[in-house]
Amino acid sequence: MAFKLKINGTLHDVDVDGDTPLLWVLRDVLGMTGTKFGCGQGLCGACTVHVGSQPIRSCQTPVDSVVDSSITTIEAIGRAPEGAALQKAWLELEVVQCGYCQSGQIMSAAALLKDRPKPTDGDIDANMSGNVCRCGTYQRIRAAIKRAAGV
Amino acid sequence: MDELVLNEQIVDETAISRRAFLQGAGLLLGFALTSGSTESVFAAPASQVIESEITGTFAPNGFVRIDTTGAVTLVVPMIEMGQGVYTSLSMLLAEELEVRLDQIQVQHAPPNDALYVNSIIGIQNTGGSASVRAFWTPLRQAGAVGRNLLIAAAAKDWNVDSATCRAKDGVVFDASGSKQLSYGELANAAARLPVPPAANVKLKDPKDFTLIGTPAKRVDSAIKVDGRALYGIDTRLPGMKIAVVAISPVLGGKAKTVDEKAALAVKGVRQVVNIDEAVAVVADHTGAAKKGLEAAAITWDDGPNGKVRIADIVKQLEEESQKTGAVARNDGDAGKALAKAAQRLDAIYQVPFLAHAAMEPMNCTVHLQKDRCDIWVGTQAPTITQSLVIELTGLSKDAVKIHNHLIGGGFGRRLEADGTVLAVKIAKHIDGPVKVIWSREEDIQHDMYRPYYFDRLSAGLDAAGKPVAWTHRIAGSSVMARYYPPYFKDGLDPDAVEAAAVPPYALPNIHVDFVRVEPPGVRTSWWRGVGPTHNVFVVESFIDELAHAAKQDPVVYRKGLLGHNPRALAVLSLAAEKAGWGSPLAARHGRGISVQYAYGSYISQVAEVEVGANGSVKVKRIVCAIDCGMYINPDTVEAQVEGGTLFGLTAALNGSITFKDGRVEQSNFDNYLPMRIDAVPLVETHLIKNAESPGGVGEAPTAIVSAAVTNAIFDATGKRVRRLPIDTESLKSSS
Repeated sequence: MAFKLKINGTLHDVDVDGDTPLLWVLRDVLGMTGTKFGCGQGLCGACTVHVGSQPIRSCQTPVDSVVDSSITTIEAIGRAPEGAALQKAWLELEVVQCGYCQSGQIMSAAALLKDRPKPTDGDIDANMSGNVCRCGTYQRIRAAIKRAAGV
Repeated sequence: MDELVLNEQIVDETAISRRAFLQGAGLLLGFALTSGSTESVFAAPASQVIESEITGTFAPNGFVRIDTTGAVTLVVPMIEMGQGVYTSLSMLLAEELEVRLDQIQVQHAPPNDALYVNSIIGIQNTGGSASVRAFWTPLRQAGAVGRNLLIAAAAKDWNVDSATCRAKDGVVFDASGSKQLSYGELANAAARLPVPPAANVKLKDPKDFTLIGTPAKRVDSAIKVDGRALYGIDTRLPGMKIAVVAISPVLGGKAKTVDEKAALAVKGVRQVVNIDEAVAVVADHTGAAKKGLEAAAITWDDGPNGKVRIADIVKQLEEESQKTGAVARNDGDAGKALAKAAQRLDAIYQVPFLAHAAMEPMNCTVHLQKDRCDIWVGTQAPTITQSLVIELTGLSKDAVKIHNHLIGGGFGRRLEADGTVLAVKIAKHIDGPVKVIWSREEDIQHDMYRPYYFDRLSAGLDAAGKPVAWTHRIAGSSVMARYYPPYFKDGLDPDAVEAAAVPPYALPNIHVDFVRVEPPGVRTSWWRGVGPTHNVFVVESFIDELAHAAKQDPVVYRKGLLGHNPRALAVLSLAAEKAGWGSPLAARHGRGISVQYAYGSYISQVAEVEVGANGSVKVKRIVCAIDCGMYINPDTVEAQVEGGTLFGLTAALNGSITFKDGRVEQSNFDNYLPMRIDAVPLVETHLIKNAESPGGVGEAPTAIVSAAVTNAIFDATGKRVRRLPIDTESLKSSS
């Protein structure tokens, strides 16, 4: 099946089965490898992208369910004010270690800040606990979200 | 920070052979693979690569490249997997080369034990918390050699004595400061000068360091916050196919039936490869390959290990641990002293098999051609990987190229090349490049696990409670015997007994031995913290038992045994003080302490826990004091303490790999539980500054944390945890 996808403001044509997870369309078909594969079951958040302003796990999202939507990935999140503020805070506080999960962390955090510009610790727990980091950068992720939000 | 370019190293040795090596160093020409754009090959602009040759390179040794534009490249001998070596090793070079950190580009080194050996390990492996220790001197020397040559080239040009010139930020100045030449302008001339032996160059006095010891910014952060960083799994090549694998669920099993027709009927599937031990479905993209693999409905012949189960493995360990082992330490007469002791304690400790579960699942891209084989993978062991590919393909060393990558979490998993070996076996059946990807389930179920260890300990106390006898027998798999056979001598695995054979304490009569027991159907390997991760839990728990039996405070008791060991005493005292040791706590709250010497560093932690009436354990705070000698980057040390602690804590709370019917029972993050942000304790780091040689940091906090936590649980509940992971059921309030 041929689909038209609007990703980071650009239209792309892809020809895959409709049930193909968006993750593989992004990574393998379109070559946008910033979005990561971690678990394939929606358990780790590494593949988080935005559909509209909603964070979704792209490994669990069939491509035919997002044809009319506007998709944003880590490659373009810096164009949004929350994304830019988070990336700056991430750099200031030296959050990253291996970095593999950080695309997903930033995408989840950007959705959180859009929804709640001044998040509490409870908001951060609730919205970020779907994102796994095996390097254990959580303490700095929390601090960076707060810095980006100015709380 | 200026734009950082992480160059993936492509070494074209045929091109090299056509050119004269600079100074006979025999080094690479770099083909920089950067996140530029190759619209002609791929559609997406943000994650592409370009090839461009570095020309006119000044290359006085294996590490330094300066081209005529002034671009300074560090060919980094160790791989970056989060631990911060691309930054710390760049700092070592920059300090002596007299360039700013933001002037350095880093490039993954090709496999070459002669040039890039980790001297602590003996080959070009990134592991053992050894990168800074091993390259502390070589990289400063490499920088100093480069600086001297560039200054000499300028002095020659100006016809002045080079001793009157100085260098700063990549520019050489004459005595008056009126003349200057940049490193780029000097690169060609410097390349023609004879290179002095590295050992002859004078290094800076540490008091003159301007970069080493400062919290400099990581060189790899910028590309990791916007998706540009390229890991092995991000490899994309023209015409590349994706293969998703199913490996026999039982070690040694074979595929029995494969519905190839059904797999091939899936849109985008191109080929099914059955190599008995595994089946790969090859497709245009991962989604199609996964769907094809499911359609293939593979059944397996389990082979000889189909009945392996965890209870039998533990039973075997229990039995074998009653036998005498290879002696790791024997001071005094522990047996005699034990018999005469006023009080005797005996205990059995057990720690489970553990998976690495790094975020980047196992993957490897292979392009096997008639006369060469290219491998794109993130590896901690590039030379081992290359050797194995040579063995598999029959190609010469020159024909096997290993293109290393950033690793999305190593933790020891990428010290093994099994993923590459499997990928090459599959690639033999495929025309053109293929990326082999493991699902998370394959990754967890076909890991090479931290061994299950079964330990027996006994101690004798005198009337005053001092330990007069200590015996410790460790039974388990020997990773060393398989991985580095020369280090496994007379049945003794030095890793399996590390931090047990030489605990930090004064123990006059001590006997420590090791019994090698290889479980059937299980592959074991290095896991962050290796031997000490197991042994420090055991030793620090048992010493806590001794303190309790002696009716002494755990900190006071340890201090009494550390009089001869001032650095261990200092970290212990600092951690206790910063944690408010001794201040009152609420009911079912507790504090525990542990102390360790391993990887050349001293570290102590105090954990504060709350144990719920239902047995749930909440770790609230971890206070860590660390003396890693002269540190390169204090912020990296802190980051490693924070992350390493959580890695160990996650295992202590949740980590266990078990077997049933020869199969691993865990499969993904819903049953092999990672720590998540809502369970993270505050980790505080207190760094001791001194002038001792640098020690390793990456594994130290992982090894020490379990005992601090279980000792805190004892403080909170009076229940001693002798088996990991912590069984919360056993910690329920009896009231």
